[in-house]
Amino acid sequence: MKMFSALVMLALTALAVPASARDITAGDLVISNPWTRVTPPGAKVAGGFLTITNNGKEADRLIGGSAVISHRLEVHEMSMEGGIMKMQEVAGGLEIKPGATVVLKPGSYHVMFLDLKASPVEGTPITGTLKFEKAGEVTIAYDVAPLGAKSSEAGHEGMQHEMKSGADGNMKKMHGGQHGHH
Amino acid sequence: MATTETFRKVRLVLWGAVAAVALAGGALLLGEAQRAQQAGSNLPAAATIGAPFTLTRSDGTRFDSQSLAGKPYAIFFGFTNCPDICPTTLLEMSNHLKQLGANADKLNVLFISVDPSRDTPEHLKLYLSAFDDRIIGLTGTTDEVAAVAKSYRIVYEKVPSKDGSDYTMNHTASVYLMNANGRLVSTLSFQEPEETRQRKIDNLVAG
Ligand SMILES: [Cu+2]
Repeated sequence: MKMFSALVMLALTALAVPASARDITAGDLVISNPWTRVTPPGAKVAGGFLTITNNGKEADRLIGGSAVISHRLEVHEMSMEGGIMKMQEVAGGLEIKPGATVVLKPGSYHVMFLDLKASPVEGTPITGTLKFEKAGEVTIAYDVAPLGAKSSEAGHEGMQHEMKSGADGNMKKMHGGQHGHH
Repeated sequence: MATTETFRKVRLVLWGAVAAVALAGGALLLGEAQRAQQAGSNLPAAATIGAPFTLTRSDGTRFDSQSLAGKPYAIFFGFTNCPDICPTTLLEMSNHLKQLGANADKLNVLFISVDPSRDTPEHLKLYLSAFDDRIIGLTGTTDEVAAVAKSYRIVYEKVPSKDGSDYTMNHTASVYLMNANGRLVSTLSFQEPEETRQRKIDNLVAG
């Protein structure tokens, strides 16, 4: 199962390359696709998600940051243990090893906006900073996806369409159809 | 242009890889699902899950579990200061109710707060306004909630923040599907595909 996830992630990571125009570089780190989502009314917390790649030779650590919508920000890890959802602050910060890509996503690592002073509004990016041990402080802007979105791609029809064609095992048709001009 | 073309080709090859891996993974997932199913049937002796209770609804009125008799129900526990799994599950349950169409009135859906000190009825009402209004939001005194959670074998605990000024909560994330006789028949996990969850709910409603 680990192998399977790793392969899918590898392929998906490579596929995500076109987003590079909006990548943020900070020293040896590349931060891509920061996003969050709409929260229910009255919610006091929200999760922020992004991908961090370390192109350097030394490990770095995401140790904190800030966001305009919240009083505090912490780096968290969520996990499932025997059907129990557990969430805690990542002790000592989230390590990004040299050459590694760490994905902060729902159900896993995330930055947690605590004590919200404003609610995320769909389509209105949220500015914030991330603090790294070595790369220092970086300003980023999170895209805001709809309530309950499982990825920032929730609204990207093209991607989902292609994914479905692939899952149907209809790769031939895809070649002939959408990419017939080859 | 040349780069775009090259990229397209690379992308096609990669999607091919995704498809192949997905097929291989599908077989593995089937095995996992079966294992999960077995785990489900081994869950705490189904007959002893749940006990009669009274709690406070998000509209401030009291709710007696006797009103659930004769109809299947889905019950899950969470808290509104939850960034991920609780809003996601509430949204999924809203979608399932929508999918049920006219059959939705054959099912009760209950969301019980495990954080009653912060989740007052008023706050619960505001929070739940983002979801299907047929979802019954419940809270109560600390003792009331503890008793209900215990009878449903729900585990929850406060996790204080580093400086002690705040806390978050760990809690059982599963949705329990109870039949019209109040017996546990299945569980939903947010990790399983939406179709799987919907099928379980359809089966539950079909009796
Ligand atoms: Cu968190």
